[in-house]
Amino acid sequence: MTSRKLSELAKTIRSKNAGVDKITFDIIFRDRGNYDLVRRARVLTRESVARLYRIPDERISDFVEYDPGCAIKFTIYRLRPSGSAGDADIFGAQQYAPLLEVEVP
Amino acid sequence: MQSLKIICPNGHLGFAPLRTASFQLGVAAGPHYIAADSGSDDVGPVPLGADVSTSPESWQRHDLEQMLLAARKIGVPMIIGSSGDTGSNSRVDLYVRIIRDLAAKHSLKKFRLGYFYSEVDPQYLRAKIRAGDKVLGLDGRPELAESELDATQRIVAMAGVHPFIALLRQGADVIIGGRSSDAAVFAAPAIHHGFPEDLSYYLGKVLECASFCAEPYGGKETVLGEISTHDVKVTAMHPPQRCTVASVAGHAMYERSNPYQEFVAGGMLDMTHCRYEQFDERTTRITGPRFVPADVTRVKLEGSGKVGERYVGLCGIRDPYTIANVDRVIEWARNQVRERFGSAGYELHYTVYGRDGVMGELEPLRDRPGHELCVLVQGVAPSSEMAEEVAMIGLRQMFYARLPDVKGTAGSVAFPLDEVLRASPAYRWTLNHTVAVNDPMELFRTHLTEAGV
Repeated sequence: MTSRKLSELAKTIRSKNAGVDKITFDIIFRDRGNYDLVRRARVLTRESVARLYRIPDERISDFVEYDPGCAIKFTIYRLRPSGSAGDADIFGAQQYAPLLEVEVP
Repeated sequence: MQSLKIICPNGHLGFAPLRTASFQLGVAAGPHYIAADSGSDDVGPVPLGADVSTSPESWQRHDLEQMLLAARKIGVPMIIGSSGDTGSNSRVDLYVRIIRDLAAKHSLKKFRLGYFYSEVDPQYLRAKIRAGDKVLGLDGRPELAESELDATQRIVAMAGVHPFIALLRQGADVIIGGRSSDAAVFAAPAIHHGFPEDLSYYLGKVLECASFCAEPYGGKETVLGEISTHDVKVTAMHPPQRCTVASVAGHAMYERSNPYQEFVAGGMLDMTHCRYEQFDERTTRITGPRFVPADVTRVKLEGSGKVGERYVGLCGIRDPYTIANVDRVIEWARNQVRERFGSAGYELHYTVYGRDGVMGELEPLRDRPGHELCVLVQGVAPSSEMAEEVAMIGLRQMFYARLPDVKGTAGSVAFPLDEVLRASPAYRWTLNHTVAVNDPMELFRTHLTEAGV
């Protein structure tokens, strides 16, 4: 079976501030099928997203598989609070792009 | 009262105008309250520190006018939380003034106007710290030190339901709130009318962002929430939108790290055992949320401190050799600033668009820059003259960077403007903390007055 990209399987892939010190990422699926497929493939885990964003594990504050929303969700600490001079994404809204390309076997 | 209906037309009043068509459908559905939150810490630390709104007053006025006229026409209370983006005292005063103006403009019959303030005196926190009553950090921050308090311009506390309920008890027809939890704006009237806290806080949670709990995606449309003694129902008012099990359950995780928990002053909403059912085509029914009251009430604090004045400049780069060596260009310019001002006492930031401008160190493709780059240069310093010079040296010296093998020896970068521009001063979030209070009203002063003729 050929692999597909996460962007083909998920309904929503987004990032957004969770307070002023963290950015949270949501990968939401339309139905249980794709949600379970991605979970079983183990392509989105604490370890894999740390690798993808090239950050140490300690920067991931939460990693949740949220069944009621058919969603995988993780949150990272910012290095400096949102809106500090030099922060280029005050809302944290454009940090999700690398997730789009994740290959799901 | 068997059930209570509240409509919310905007998830952040003022940030973009509400859509009037779905709002009018919501008003026609016969709500008992019209309510919206108007603030967010998403806008960064500048508005709170500088005590300004990030939203234009004409948009704030537009939404307040729509809501006030509708509320007075059908004779129901209107509630606003976190006035003017930050919920500082000046923003509350601004909204109170707008409500008075609108009441006069439309010759509205006299009504009771309640408002409360959320700003916290730094001396109050200093006394707490000195008394050993720790101001605890959130999200991995250390407890508040006095030095951090000294670096802070303005602090607001996040109100729970308490000041809203106090004003409703006094008979307020319109409430203009200082900084407050989004959910409290809607939970307060439900609790005031005797509905269970479990469901009241959930009602607040689901309504706070207006149509963000509906699909297809589209903000600034009205949603209607209805609470009874045993459930909450939420309905999209914009005809193409529906509140589905997926959209409502999905909304619970928006903007927070834990999709099951929502903390407010006085306790925590636990959504672990929520059950979602499609009630009708555009309505989802929710049962099973729990509110867990806190043993000690801790109130969240937000504080912003000024870092300095700020100037910014821009330049572009097209030479592939210079693009490959952009870090050396930047280092050259940084060194010129160091020669002039030393290595401390200012900030100099470079954001390299076309390489890793948006994501910085999180960018996996930062070794694959585009064929042209834009570099944003920011200089921050104690005085405006120094900030201008830091930015100017930091920008202009990129033009003179000495790369050994460059072909173009007339200038390393392209300037769209031969100047640096004054930007808002730089601020930073100094407080993201909580403080314990004996009385949940301790930090919030309420006032009741009249407006209209």
